[in-house]
Amino acid sequence: MSTIQSYEEVEAGLAERGVPTPEPHAAERRPRGDVRRWLLAALGRPGLVLSVLLVLLVVLWAIMPGLFAPYDPLKTDTSALLKAPSLAHLFGTDELGRDVFSRMVHGTTLSLQTTVVAVAIGLVFGSIIGLFAGYLGRLVDGVLMRVVDVILSIPMLLLAMAIVTAIGFGSVQLAIGVGIGMIGSVARVMRSEVLRVRESMFVDAERSMGAGTLYIVFRHILPSAVGPVLVLAILDFSQAILAIAALSFLGFGAPPPAPEWGSLVAAGQPYLATAWWMCCLPGLLIALFAVCVNRIARELQERRSR
Amino acid sequence: MNAARRSGWVYVVRRLLQALLVIWAAFTITFVILYLVPGDPARLIAGGDGGVEASPAQIAQINKEYGFDQPIYVQYVRALGGAITGNLGMSYQMKQPVTTLLGQELGSTFALAMFALAIAIVVGVMLGSITVYTRSRWLAKLLDSLPPIGASLPTFWVGLMLMQLFSFGLHLFPSAGDAGFASLVLPGVTMAAPGAASIAQVLAKSLRSSYAEPYVEIAKAKGAGRFRVFAAHAARNALLPSVTVMGMIVANLFAYSTVSETIFSRNGLGLALEKAVQTKDIPVVEGAVLVVAGVYVLASLVVDLVYPLVDPRLRASSSPVLRRRAQKAVAA
Repeated sequence: MSTIQSYEEVEAGLAERGVPTPEPHAAERRPRGDVRRWLLAALGRPGLVLSVLLVLLVVLWAIMPGLFAPYDPLKTDTSALLKAPSLAHLFGTDELGRDVFSRMVHGTTLSLQTTVVAVAIGLVFGSIIGLFAGYLGRLVDGVLMRVVDVILSIPMLLLAMAIVTAIGFGSVQLAIGVGIGMIGSVARVMRSEVLRVRESMFVDAERSMGAGTLYIVFRHILPSAVGPVLVLAILDFSQAILAIAALSFLGFGAPPPAPEWGSLVAAGQPYLATAWWMCCLPGLLIALFAVCVNRIARELQERRSR
Repeated sequence: MNAARRSGWVYVVRRLLQALLVIWAAFTITFVILYLVPGDPARLIAGGDGGVEASPAQIAQINKEYGFDQPIYVQYVRALGGAITGNLGMSYQMKQPVTTLLGQELGSTFALAMFALAIAIVVGVMLGSITVYTRSRWLAKLLDSLPPIGASLPTFWVGLMLMQLFSFGLHLFPSAGDAGFASLVLPGVTMAAPGAASIAQVLAKSLRSSYAEPYVEIAKAKGAGRFRVFAAHAARNALLPSVTVMGMIVANLFAYSTVSETIFSRNGLGLALEKAVQTKDIPVVEGAVLVVAGVYVLASLVVDLVYPLVDPRLRASSSPVLRRRAQKAVAA
């Protein structure tokens, strides 16, 4: 009797003795089972499913607003001034007869773009700072982390306002302001992940084989630290939406004719007493979107910590 | 003086130096942001009077007056020296010292922020406690879902909705102004939601981990009632971590006073800052950032120094000074 048997040999031997072997197609069938399990799990958490669907819908609005907006966002209509919400105008119309819902859908493009750029700025610069602070340690760590402490000691909204004062109003400027405000938290998480990975065996092994710092950082440390940082980025995304909307509400965003989420709510403020829909419904949409992004981020966070 | 007592003082002094360092760094960062960017401040100052094009002579005069003709490091050293002695420069638009300008506004915003903080603490502690204390599963689940929602509501929208409901709808509170307590209610509630949310979140989390500790088991085993276990054992320890988020909450309240005060037309730091950003009044913006950074640093300093006073575990190890102070407080 041979000492080492292959898996097939063992299976064949078992089959000869009448022991049932696993069906050959079991592996192929698994995906469908997975989908079913996944669907069942999804049904059990309607909140999460709704969140994902709403976020997807809003992203689609941002990509092709023309497809979803029933009206031209800039077209005025004197026959429908300040009309309350109806089937024709889901969110009502504003003081110039423009369809508020269409303006919101078109505003998504600018608002979401701004948010994505802001998060990207925070992510890239925060990661670089965190990576090098964590990996190089000592003086570099000390100096970089003090800078991060200072950034964290100034609320994001305030720092963004200072930056906007310096570089002017507009969407890109808002994105830079809010993005810089996000650097601190990203750098902290990145640093702690780096510290965790840095002492691991495989990094030690690379170092002993003479790998350079940059190589180790980008080949080994970055990939293993990227998960938690991305989860934080999604969580920050909902905060960035709110900060950008608030700054745009204060009038520091794109100039008036261009629709933007925050400025749309601001446009309704003078009509608050008479035309409630102009502030209420766009604001509700912003809140809903932020809640949904937050819900997804928390789900991802829980999965990671499990 | 024994070694332990000295280490306590060292801790306090080190913490104070750290706080000063953060304020200095905040000053420097805002200076870099605000003064190193392209743009001619002299033109901004001259343009403040109705947008009449200023003559080169006027510009030169302003440059000399404000020191813009000096090299940037001279300007920095001068500004830093001024800030240390309480002189934050002249407002470009108001032609008034920034210190006076912000000093006038600080009181109103401080009252607003403290009112909002009180609401945030009361609501946050109640929410966090009930979430963990309740036996009803669905109530716990429902309450657990509230903080993330509270943290995701746009402040400006909450303010407008409150104004619509309570000022225009029910006529309970004024929609604008800063006369008396009634005018404090809506702007305060507007700003309180995010703070309440983060207190509730931190408290619920630490309550849960507190319930898993052996001393809670022991208290139960000794026959303490459900409420007694909660109040005297679990909550006592769980309250502390939520104190640490207080610094950030206070700083954020000051920052979001811009939104709240703009909506409710309240005079204060926030409204002054909003106007300053609109008109690019750089010294006022710099001053406001410095004030808020100072508020944050001060709040965290208080938290760090008070922490050992309320937490015996820290008191025993790190700070004999504070331990003595705590004994005195108990004796008095």
